Amino acid sequence: MSRIEFGLIALLAAGNTLAGEPPPARQKELVHLVRQDCGSCHGMTLQGGLGPALLPANLQDKPAEGLVATIIGGRPGTPMPPWNQFVSEDEARWIVDKLMTGFPP
Amino acid sequence: MRLFFAAFAAFIVAACAGPQVRGTGDLGLVIERASGQVTLVDTSVRQPYARVAGLGDLSHASAVYSRDGRYAFVFGRDGGLTKVDLLEGRIVKRVIQAGNAIGGSISQDGRIVVAQNYTPGGIKAFDAETLELLAEVPAEYAPGKFSKVVGLADAPGNQFAYALFDGGEIWVSDFSDPRRPVTRRFPAGSQPYDGLVTPDGRYFLAGLFGEDGVALLDLWQPDKGARKILENYGRGQEKLPVFKMPHLRGWSVAQGKAYLPAIGRHEVLVVDTASWKEVGRIPVRGQPVFVIARPDGRQVWVNFAFPDNGKLDVIDTLAGRVVKAFEPGKGILHMEFAPRGEHVWLSARDDNRVLIYDTATFGKLGEIAADSPSGIFFTSRAHRIGF
Ligand code: HEC
Repeated sequence: MSRIEFGLIALLAAGNTLAGEPPPARQKELVHLVRQDCGSCHGMTLQGGLGPALLPANLQDKPAEGLVATIIGGRPGTPMPPWNQFVSEDEARWIVDKLMTGFPP
Repeated sequence: MRLFFAAFAAFIVAACAGPQVRGTGDLGLVIERASGQVTLVDTSVRQPYARVAGLGDLSHASAVYSRDGRYAFVFGRDGGLTKVDLLEGRIVKRVIQAGNAIGGSISQDGRIVVAQNYTPGGIKAFDAETLELLAEVPAEYAPGKFSKVVGLADAPGNQFAYALFDGGEIWVSDFSDPRRPVTRRFPAGSQPYDGLVTPDGRYFLAGLFGEDGVALLDLWQPDKGARKILENYGRGQEKLPVFKMPHLRGWSVAQGKAYLPAIGRHEVLVVDTASWKEVGRIPVRGQPVFVIARPDGRQVWVNFAFPDNGKLDVIDTLAGRVVKAFEPGKGILHMEFAPRGEHVWLSARDDNRVLIYDTATFGKLGEIAADSPSGIFFTSRAHRIGF
């Protein structure tokens, strides 16, 4: 592998993780959104309310992409609303990743 | 004479050291959801006077009062039920009664406190004195299927009315014998999300999420069953997303009309409480969450779901329209009127403040610091049916 190719791959890999991680200020906003506004249905501690618990133990067997789709598009016929006006798909992916591994306080 | 003075001085000192003698009619509490504490407030001087910590997870917490207004029963999300003494500013008793609770109510005679629970779905009755468990009514609407319970409210005769979100029913439990409640069931409609008992104690209303309409049960004539009012208020139009569920309570009734939040529409629906027919709808600036009449019924204050939760609209019931629209703070979660309505307290969650406004001039009277405040509950609730 040439040095240029190697550099390109490293760059792409770095770019990839960066695309998935919202900047720190936005992360703070998303944490606030999830705890406070998702919290009105899922509980501020995410242990459930009108909506189900969103703790790692509850989500571990569910495909992440399905959960991302639920956040973006909502679940028609249930109170789960679509959040696509307020979070991008990458941000929803970050939220799901954090939900599945333990959501920051 | 000198002896008399000495005795008198001793009396004064004792009086100062002992608990202050005062009534409770102007007291209340503010839930601080993030830190698990409540701030006790005095609505006459409009100041906090004590903080009580150790109440657990208070997200979505609510409170009811003993009939003497001295004790608050606080229902926490984590299933905690805490009895707080407002005069001594301390916790008297605390029990964990369920896994996931949503609120509660107190009986007409003040002796039974009832909690409504999501998991395990159902209601539980406690002795108001000791918090000893008296009875449970599991919300098992079909064999092995339990529903989340919403909208619990007290009604005359030591009855409690509530609705089953998953079961689509209204239940009325009679606690005349506190250890052996008798429950009747009434089909209501799709996904009731909250309920209210009218201030006269006669009707129970359950707002429906899964269909346009409100289920109405006449508690004086329960044999007639629940019927639907405001049916098809959405007129088949597509609903706007609802980012927070509205809350119903008897405060919606003013001047012979009920002012109810529409679901998925930025409107307040107005219903005549004699005919239960729709008599109007008032456009507002978001999905209404709390629609609360000032105690005299001249004004109705409306706050909103995310992303409009910084806004407040005030409806003049004589004019039938919004006469004041303003943005008092960030994350306006709740409002509570002084017992006779001259001022209103607003919790601004994201500003960490409780704001106090004059309801005649809309001028700000003051504010107090609070950590992520949510519900505000004044002791005047002790004397209202359906609270
Ligand atoms: C108005 C109430 C409400 C709000 C607000 C809400 N949800 Fe939900 N959510 C629900 C309900 C109800 C369900 C269950 C839907 C069903 O029955 O399938 C759900 C389901 C979900 C699921 C799927 C869980 C599973 O186990 O399959 C996820 C993930 C989720 N919500 C995330 C969120 C996030 C993130 C937010 C905030 C951005 C949010 N929700 C805000 C009511 C709500």
